[in-house]
Amino acid sequence: MTSYNEAFQDIPGTVVFDATQSRLGYDLNMFCMSLMKAANRAAFKADERAYLARFPMTEAQRQAVLDRDYNRMIGLGGNIYFLAKIGATDGFSFQNLAAKMTGVPEEEYRAMMIAGGRPALGNRSRSNPGR
Amino acid sequence: MARIVAGVTTSHVPAIGAALDLGKTADPYWQPVFAGYEFSKRWIAEQQPDVVVLVYNDHASAFSLELIPTFAIGCATSFAPADEGWGPRPVPVVQGHPELAWHIAQSTILDEFDMTIVNRMDVDHGLTVPLSLMFGQPAAWPCKVIPLAVNVVQYPPPTGNRCWNLGRAIRKAVETFSEDLKVMVWGTGGMSHQLQGPRAGLINREFDTAFLDRLSSDPEGLAKIPHVDYVREAGSEGIELVMWLIMRGALARDAREVYRFYHVPASNTAVGHMILENA
Repeated sequence: MTSYNEAFQDIPGTVVFDATQSRLGYDLNMFCMSLMKAANRAAFKADERAYLARFPMTEAQRQAVLDRDYNRMIGLGGNIYFLAKIGATDGFSFQNLAAKMTGVPEEEYRAMMIAGGRPALGNRSRSNPGR
Repeated sequence: MARIVAGVTTSHVPAIGAALDLGKTADPYWQPVFAGYEFSKRWIAEQQPDVVVLVYNDHASAFSLELIPTFAIGCATSFAPADEGWGPRPVPVVQGHPELAWHIAQSTILDEFDMTIVNRMDVDHGLTVPLSLMFGQPAAWPCKVIPLAVNVVQYPPPTGNRCWNLGRAIRKAVETFSEDLKVMVWGTGGMSHQLQGPRAGLINREFDTAFLDRLSSDPEGLAKIPHVDYVREAGSEGIELVMWLIMRGALARDAREVYRFYHVPASNTAVGHMILENA
């Protein structure tokens, strides 16, 4: 029988924020959390690298933040609700971040959503792509 | 005695709050969303609830990764809107109902639900957007609100069945509170949406429609859906729908559906909204 955690791995394009991801991303996510304070947002904007050095993150996590590579940040344990605080600090909406993660211009992503969104058909299962 | 008169479910998309706060409700993109709540605003003005038990999830605002309660009930006298990175929403401070909140905490804990009691908590869009959708933009919210935060960020979240049963325990708690109060239970979040990764933007109208149908007619069956099916069918953030089952469990089995609204999209999300009344 497939375990609870393994079952999610069949879903394409999705990282479930489980115990493994949470442990991996703790410091990255706690950095994001600090951006809820206006003074910290200002300090981060003034010198991103210096601000990131205050947090015991891996160099790969720091670089992913500097690059605003959200998929990479998620792979390194970031959770979207925490990462959205970086987006907010940059003045970007969830929709803008979603477009970035799907690799299309925001207008194209927005048009897809207006047309009804990404269909479930073909996006349910890695092992059965036609499902 | 206090009594639960009705339940409301609604999505709590942050962009809806931003559209309201920035005066964009008449924009062609947003107009259909707000039009879907016109009936609801009239309905709730007539209903005049004293207290809303508002089930929502915190989005890394009050709870970081330092502390992750599965179920947390707000027992404070008031709750300030959270700064989620854009500054706090310009909405009224939420007034709590500590007596009823503590009573629900005690009753549900003795019923073997391990509630976390919260005496200080800022509330984010998960709680304030539903209030804005139902009440518009008043100078003060017209009723007391008891925030009930559910973890759906860190896996595993509670099962649908656990949420359904918590709803039933909340109903029992409310019905044993001696003050004469009209209480509503709201379940928020959903419907289908995915905010992360290459699959972001997933929408599943068929799943959402069936969920709304069964919420009304087959809640026990709905409570059996495993987490993996929510993520597969309704997107990674579609898991928020388990919270709707708390609302449903708090209502009578034969509660009547009086209103339904469904619209795609609001930003990344399918907006779903339902009103159920107890007989």
